[in-house]
Amino acid sequence: MAELDTSGGGGKKGGKVRSKKQSTRVDLTAMVDLAFLLITFFIMTTTLNKPKAMDIAMPDKDENQKQELAVAASRTLTLLLGANDKLMWYIGEPGKTPPTVENYGKNGLRKTLLEKKDEVQKKTGKFMFVIIKASDKSIYKNLVDVLDEMAITNIESYGIVDISPVEIDLLKREKLY
Amino acid sequence: MPRVKVARKSTALDMTAMCDVAFLLLTFFILSAKPRVEDPVTVDIPGSVKEVPLPEEGVAVITVGQKKTFFSVEGTEIRKQTLQQMGEKYGIQFTPQEADKFSVLPVFGVPIQSLKQFLALDADQRSKYKQPGIPRDSVSDQLFNWIRESRIAAKALRNLELRVSIKGDAKEEYPTIKEVIAILQRQEVNKFSLITTLRGASK
Repeated sequence: MAELDTSGGGGKKGGKVRSKKQSTRVDLTAMVDLAFLLITFFIMTTTLNKPKAMDIAMPDKDENQKQELAVAASRTLTLLLGANDKLMWYIGEPGKTPPTVENYGKNGLRKTLLEKKDEVQKKTGKFMFVIIKASDKSIYKNLVDVLDEMAITNIESYGIVDISPVEIDLLKREKLY
Repeated sequence: MPRVKVARKSTALDMTAMCDVAFLLLTFFILSAKPRVEDPVTVDIPGSVKEVPLPEEGVAVITVGQKKTFFSVEGTEIRKQTLQQMGEKYGIQFTPQEADKFSVLPVFGVPIQSLKQFLALDADQRSKYKQPGIPRDSVSDQLFNWIRESRIAAKALRNLELRVSIKGDAKEEYPTIKEVIAILQRQEVNKFSLITTLRGASK
């Protein structure tokens, strides 16, 4: 462990002049420091760089038509993703219930989702079904945000469906399209 | 009375073993690290809370940005096989040199007709070259076929179900994403992943 001194000791016996043995040890502390610094750097850059993903499952295209009417309108919440990072939601069928304009995020969409989820659960005794309809003016981030809210609020039944002209009109009325 | 003298010990430790270990680990990390793939377009990945790490193997990534689509698949053999199958489909013969070059290409976004010229460029020119993206139209159906052929190749070579994931720019307009999803659904890939970054739940 400790560094041994090998340099001294000789030279007592004869009169021979011996050259002093130089220690071959080099102080490696700095080198170890450097090595560990580099290791830390590589660990950080490799493991934190791993791409993370979020899984989504879409309904089968052919079966889509058959399944569409299976969920009762009273427990479906439809989200319409519009322009300018805003969305609209309504419960039931389009046109019959007035839609509400909402923001994304903690106080907007998430609050609504949690409230309505409980409401529907109490009223019908069944879980709420969310239909996500993204308009052409919405951006990819909006979609990911909504899917993320689904994960946060533990809504397991949701689907991504194409938007209908009636709903585009609703968005246009609020200048979100 | 003679005092007991405590022998003064040197505080210097033998660092050789530690140095060995440190460099061994360093070599391991350098060798196992994957070089960062530079995206051909700037892609700002949106954040999400629920996260599943993407597997190392059997992943095909469709990068979407500025209305362009780019394709990449893991594994050199799968890439080679995919290129060969695509060549057969579109009647383009690729030389073994081109196949080798293609197998180390991390991500690309050129129509298959100009893939030969793209492969002829060197790495520096390639990064400067403005890639037009893989055509998504239903006439040539190139993105559809790239995904399809790579899935076939992965299944044949490694018996692997290829996991398709979409790496989209946060500002990308939805129609482009919709097109890509439609392409996936047309070949019955109904389960796929969206690549996201970690974000705090409170936001």
